[in-house]
Amino acid sequence: MRYTHHLRFMLGCLAALLILPFVLQATGSSYLISTATRLVVFAIAAVSLDLLIGYAGLVSFGHAAFLGVGAYTVGILSFHAYEETTLIGLPGSLSGLVALPLALALSALAALVVGALSLRTRGVYFIMITLSFGQMLFFLFVSLEQYGGDDGMMMFEGRNTLPLLDLNDRVSFYYFCLAWFVLFFWFCTWLVRSKFGRTLAAIKQNQDRLSSIGINAYWAKLQVFVIAGVGAGLAGALSANHTEFVSPALTHWTRSGDLMIVVILGGMGTLVGPVLGTFLFLLLEEFLPLILRGLGLGLLSEHWRFVFGPILILVVLYAKTGLYGLIFPRRD
Amino acid sequence: MSQLFLEQLLNGVQLGMFLFLVSAGLTLVFGFMNIINLAHGSLFMIGAYAMALIGGVTGSFLAALVLSVPVVACAAWVIEIVIIRRLHARDHLDQVLATFALILFINEGTTMLFGRVPLFLDVPESLSGTVTLPGGVTYPLYRVAIIGAGLAVALALWLIIARTRVGMQIRAGTTNRETVEQLGVNIDRLNTLIFVVGAMFAGLAGALAGPLTSVEVGMGENLLILCFVCVVIGGIGSIRGAMLGAITVGVVDTMGRAFVPDILGRFLDPATASGISAGLSSMSIYLLMVVVLVFRPTGLFPVARSV
Repeated sequence: MRYTHHLRFMLGCLAALLILPFVLQATGSSYLISTATRLVVFAIAAVSLDLLIGYAGLVSFGHAAFLGVGAYTVGILSFHAYEETTLIGLPGSLSGLVALPLALALSALAALVVGALSLRTRGVYFIMITLSFGQMLFFLFVSLEQYGGDDGMMMFEGRNTLPLLDLNDRVSFYYFCLAWFVLFFWFCTWLVRSKFGRTLAAIKQNQDRLSSIGINAYWAKLQVFVIAGVGAGLAGALSANHTEFVSPALTHWTRSGDLMIVVILGGMGTLVGPVLGTFLFLLLEEFLPLILRGLGLGLLSEHWRFVFGPILILVVLYAKTGLYGLIFPRRD
Repeated sequence: MSQLFLEQLLNGVQLGMFLFLVSAGLTLVFGFMNIINLAHGSLFMIGAYAMALIGGVTGSFLAALVLSVPVVACAAWVIEIVIIRRLHARDHLDQVLATFALILFINEGTTMLFGRVPLFLDVPESLSGTVTLPGGVTYPLYRVAIIGAGLAVALALWLIIARTRVGMQIRAGTTNRETVEQLGVNIDRLNTLIFVVGAMFAGLAGALAGPLTSVEVGMGENLLILCFVCVVIGGIGSIRGAMLGAITVGVVDTMGRAFVPDILGRFLDPATASGISAGLSSMSIYLLMVVVLVFRPTGLFPVARSV
């Protein structure tokens, strides 16, 4: 019963996302397509973080770093294509067939290195070491003077190019991101239901017990860390294409915090939840200031975080199941 | 060269003292209460703003210093009762999120009260000169005073933890909380005490930092992440570890910024050297932390825990 309910809900969401551009165009608010694209892109990152937090119990506080790796790969390739210069002997590229696979490969590599070192620790040490790696990459990007340092850089050549598809058209770009999102989401759904997914659930419960029956927990955790890193790298590469702008702000530690907030707001360990959480978060960001102004609290509208903070504390303390729990309440 | 070297070394130690003052509270709260508090940096910021405000009204450095610490203590007391107390039985994820949300609230509130323009404080006249240290090195008196204050706090803290009854309860509670509770110690009261005392150290650091840096929203978080590094390097829950970690991080960070460009400049052309060294020196402490954790996953001075 719950399962079919769940499936129907997901298909409904997918249908809504598919027709969204038409609805927005028909109602004359096509500027919101950009917001919708942002939603889909950040949902990818949120779902990937849910794999770590919700399924493997790994509280990674540096997930935004991989967003940065993906985005900077796209940005740096575009920079060298524009300047017609080379980086360690290799030319830049605007082709999505080069930039996207490379972005995914490099974020996988970064996640492999970070994961291999961080996963030696557990619990609060893991939180802090991932936070430090995030900061390390943040300062690395800040120190790249050639690529704009602190301020980041514009991609003057526009978005990546693909055969048959014009990414500079906002509706095509929306569908391009949506396709990636659906693909990644489907993959994650399959993953968490597979044998590997059960291993992750067991790790979350009791890692030592798992080791004692001969399953290498470290190796399983490293695998899921790399998968999640690739997901975030994908979101970063798409985000760079979307805004045609890359900056270290993308990897700031508060961005990692935002991603965690989104996962919790939506309900962790559900995959759908983080998507809903992303939706709610972007919605609050856009509309909470307006709502506050409507209530006659003009002063607070600019400082909407002053209201958002306490709301979030209440959610963490009293509504841990998040939005998902509201929609699918457990009847037991 | 040696003048510059000594000066930078002292700057490193002085940064280490700030880091220690903030880390001490962080490590105590984590070690004893098992709570990871991201908002600890906000208490540092509150201290700095209280200093600026009270200093502006009274015109006296000493009065501002003496009054701003109780202000921070009150803020911490409220935070402990309203939020932190409810986080004891929760996992670290909840603690991270709730205290992250608290940062959003405090930062935004501070922006509403004081605006986005940084405030600048003056070094008080009585502490504004320089002193000549043995060996002929001149160094600002205010920074010497900070080093002295940090050492005094460290000594006091060590005496309390190692020699008093409360200190004994804290040490025991860090190792096994339930047993201590069974033995009739009021853990809730001790929790509040530790949280408030830790906050007072952070507030003191904030108040002292006012004249050296600009007082602005977000100043706490930058320091907080450095303090995490100190605490993790030293071993969570260990005051001795926090001290060692803080001095190491302070010195490595300062020396890295001061000398890495020079050293690299000897091997590479200036443009490349300055680019790499900027990145390298801001990354150096994180690299240090990674190295420590790879070889000692629970830090240099791990505290015995029963859980």
